[in-house]
Amino acid sequence: MKPPPFTYHAPRDLGEALETLAGVGGKVLAGGQSLIPMLNMRLAAPEHLVDINRVAALATLEAAPEGVTVGALARHAQVARADAHPLLGQALRLVAHPVIRNRGTVVGSLVHADPAAELPAVLAVLGGSVRLARHGQGERDVPAEEFFVGPMESAVRPGELAVSAFFPVLPAGSGTAFREVARRHGDYALAGVCAAVTLDEDLHVASARVACIGVGPVPVVADVTTECDRRPASTVDWAAVTRAVQEATEPEGDIHASAAYRLHLVGVLAEQALKDAARAAAQEAAPSPATG
Amino acid sequence: MEHEITLVVNGTARRARVPARRLLSDCLRHDLGLTGTHVGCEHGVCGCCTVLLDGEPVRSCLTFAVTVDGQEITTVEGLAGPEGPSPVQRAFGECHALQCGFCTPGFLCTVTALLRENPAPTDEEVLEGISGNLCRCTGYQNIAKAVHRAAELLAEEGQ
Repeated sequence: MKPPPFTYHAPRDLGEALETLAGVGGKVLAGGQSLIPMLNMRLAAPEHLVDINRVAALATLEAAPEGVTVGALARHAQVARADAHPLLGQALRLVAHPVIRNRGTVVGSLVHADPAAELPAVLAVLGGSVRLARHGQGERDVPAEEFFVGPMESAVRPGELAVSAFFPVLPAGSGTAFREVARRHGDYALAGVCAAVTLDEDLHVASARVACIGVGPVPVVADVTTECDRRPASTVDWAAVTRAVQEATEPEGDIHASAAYRLHLVGVLAEQALKDAARAAAQEAAPSPATG
Repeated sequence: MEHEITLVVNGTARRARVPARRLLSDCLRHDLGLTGTHVGCEHGVCGCCTVLLDGEPVRSCLTFAVTVDGQEITTVEGLAGPEGPSPVQRAFGECHALQCGFCTPGFLCTVTALLRENPAPTDEEVLEGISGNLCRCTGYQNIAKAVHRAAELLAEEGQ
């Protein structure tokens, strides 16, 4: 298996990268951990490849009080090590294998938009956004709900470059969790759920959202705040919550799992992830134990 | 169109003329004659082609040689020191952590980096660390043992 031939471009800075993309179109190569397998298997045959690995200015990770901005060349391992966002950390542990994470990029995974990938769900549940740049024009920020258009399809237009992604920090008293089931560790999940729960001062659920993977063309976001009925997690009607999440999904069957099994799985995982997230939120909200 | 590239492989600068689509795995094996790096699945699943890029393990079948022009690469051929096999290599021998040997170069590179980052991994960390490498002889028990043994050898030898 060898990739089909292509014309190779290796811009040295962002301006040159945008100019090249505007001139020849072509596919952007960052970590290549999804693109190169597709080339090797000849599922893709772009005429031009624009390799952004030399654009050092894109290998950034900025943590601010309102959120974390991940540059287009920040690798999974680099982002996980920085420990800048709890949910990103939880999700990155589930992305492929450590060696793949040394090379793969967070923004690349978002642009690849695999409906079973973890990071699109993280962006979706947090309500984050992706910043797109184009030669000679201003940048535009696309919110997660508009960014994922379909399976393997994002809102990036030909000639545009996704330069960064913004993952908002949740308000105080919040917790997150990511649960998934895969045939083998490191494989794409049959189904998965990431959850974000915020508790109020009385530790009642003030907001609860999930994003589900593997059960729709794009990450399926379900807000189950209403179903949680502002109760403490221990008395929430989890059957009702599970039903609401399942109703939002449109799982399909394939060689790995039937649609019915995926539907079952997403319900079980949603309950587990939401309970985990609520527990983490309660720990965050609890007064820290006296030390010394 | 061919590209002139220089890779620092196992400490030696090596030049090659390669088409852009040349995978690093093929560049090492065919252009540079370093056939220790094995090629299994060629889509990043099996881990046989794992090499160290600037010290970090990566899949050489999922990396273009042109992309890493100028960077440092360590292959299985570069793991041994002047004294002979590295502690990781010796531990694999001692613990019978190789049968047919096809997956071994990938495991050795992965484990060398793993122990550099985490000199005393737990059982769980070992399994997570080698989870991206497949052994079709299914000799995982001995491979996991060898990782712990290599950690011991490295600690004893103060490396």
